Amino acid sequence: MLNLDYGFVNWAFIQSFIAKGFWFSIQLTLVSMVGGILLGTLLAMMRLSSHRWLSAPAAFYVDTLRSIPLVMVILWFFLLIPKLFGPIGGQMSAFITFTLFEATYFSEIMRAGIQSVSKGQVNAGYAMGMTYGQTMRFVVLPQAFRNMLPVLLTQTIVLFQDTSLVYAVGEYDLLKGFEVAGKNFNRPVETYLMAAVVYFVICFGLSQLVRRLQKKIAIIR
Amino acid sequence: MSWDWQFYCNDTATGETIAGCFGPGGREQTYLQWMLHAWGWTLTISLLALLLALVVGSIVGIIRTAPNKWLAGFGEAWTELFRNIPLLVQVFLWYYVLPEFIPVLKDPDLKTLLVICALGFFTSARVGEQVKAGIQTLPRGQRYAGQALGMTLPQTYRYVLLPMAYRIVIPPLTSESMNIVKNSAVAFAISIPELAQFAQQASEETAHFEEIFIPVTLLYFISAFAINRVAKFIEARVRIPGTVGAK
Repeated sequence: MLNLDYGFVNWAFIQSFIAKGFWFSIQLTLVSMVGGILLGTLLAMMRLSSHRWLSAPAAFYVDTLRSIPLVMVILWFFLLIPKLFGPIGGQMSAFITFTLFEATYFSEIMRAGIQSVSKGQVNAGYAMGMTYGQTMRFVVLPQAFRNMLPVLLTQTIVLFQDTSLVYAVGEYDLLKGFEVAGKNFNRPVETYLMAAVVYFVICFGLSQLVRRLQKKIAIIR
Repeated sequence: MSWDWQFYCNDTATGETIAGCFGPGGREQTYLQWMLHAWGWTLTISLLALLLALVVGSIVGIIRTAPNKWLAGFGEAWTELFRNIPLLVQVFLWYYVLPEFIPVLKDPDLKTLLVICALGFFTSARVGEQVKAGIQTLPRGQRYAGQALGMTLPQTYRYVLLPMAYRIVIPPLTSESMNIVKNSAVAFAISIPELAQFAQQASEETAHFEEIFIPVTLLYFISAFAINRVAKFIEARVRIPGTVGAK
């Protein structure tokens, strides 16, 4: 049987190996959540549009990216982004890649959210003399967003897990931090276990919060 | 942009062009052979993991609806455990951590088995969630009816609940099955010679990035689409008469 030795774990260890990667994982999650929801909402509105030249490209973009493994998407974008924008660094490329990729998942959620708003609400907006943009902005989207809030947050937890795949291009994220530390102290088993525990505690904790939020919203509706 | 596809016929070791693109030296002599071989790995891993996920996921889904508190709690815990750790971390746990506790698993030949387990158990939590939802959408009366007829609980599941529940959850199970093909790409992290690993390694060797990424992406597309077609075929065959979906 194996002896696990966590003697190397102290404040300096966390500071020098884990903190940097953790901060990048959080940044990547938050940036691509905000960017993904904004772009995803736009894509959802395009996809629901009656103009084919708006809905077709949005549907193509969403369906294509959703049928490719994220690992391949990352490899593709890390190849294409420097060609298009020049050398902007791995972290910036990761922000762009994850925003563009996660937007497809957020867009499907927002599409369901928009479709869940009853048609009478839209008609009421128009009857008040609102334009399409105003109806969306003041009537439909606030309700869609609120109905879908738990799903959007759950997707964000998935997104946080997905960020570990920047491993494919060697960016220094939370998982990479544990891996490097494991190599450094020659204790890979311990550090991989710690990585699993840290991810589990964060994701499980957040999903419990989402569940509570869901109950709150469910009562009001 | 000028593309050059000629290198697919080159020998991976010597770089010489081989007539007909298929060398006599085995399955991985040319880049084309290497890619097809990698596709085989992707399909093998995906299908075996899918099988594992369906079996384990069904058990987990069923026990989560069982009247026994301990069984249901175990199913809950299983789901939370496998759903809240990133797949890549789970792959590392199976590959680097588990063999330290069970030394037999250190055999390098078992690497594929470990990644299949990682992918299969990860997906089993999701499958279990769907199966549970499928059973719970059935009216409570179905369970009571089965028991009122004198069936035991396993019989009620076997003859009354599951035949309905499975047919209801085929659509979400279809998308999980397609996800498994996509998720199999994480096997690159422990150097299983599947498509993503081929894409990474071969593009570095040859510097023909687009020429390698495009076919690999298409092969993923085709694989997931094939699973989708099979699932749609099954869905059409087993449709529940009298429902909205039935003709």
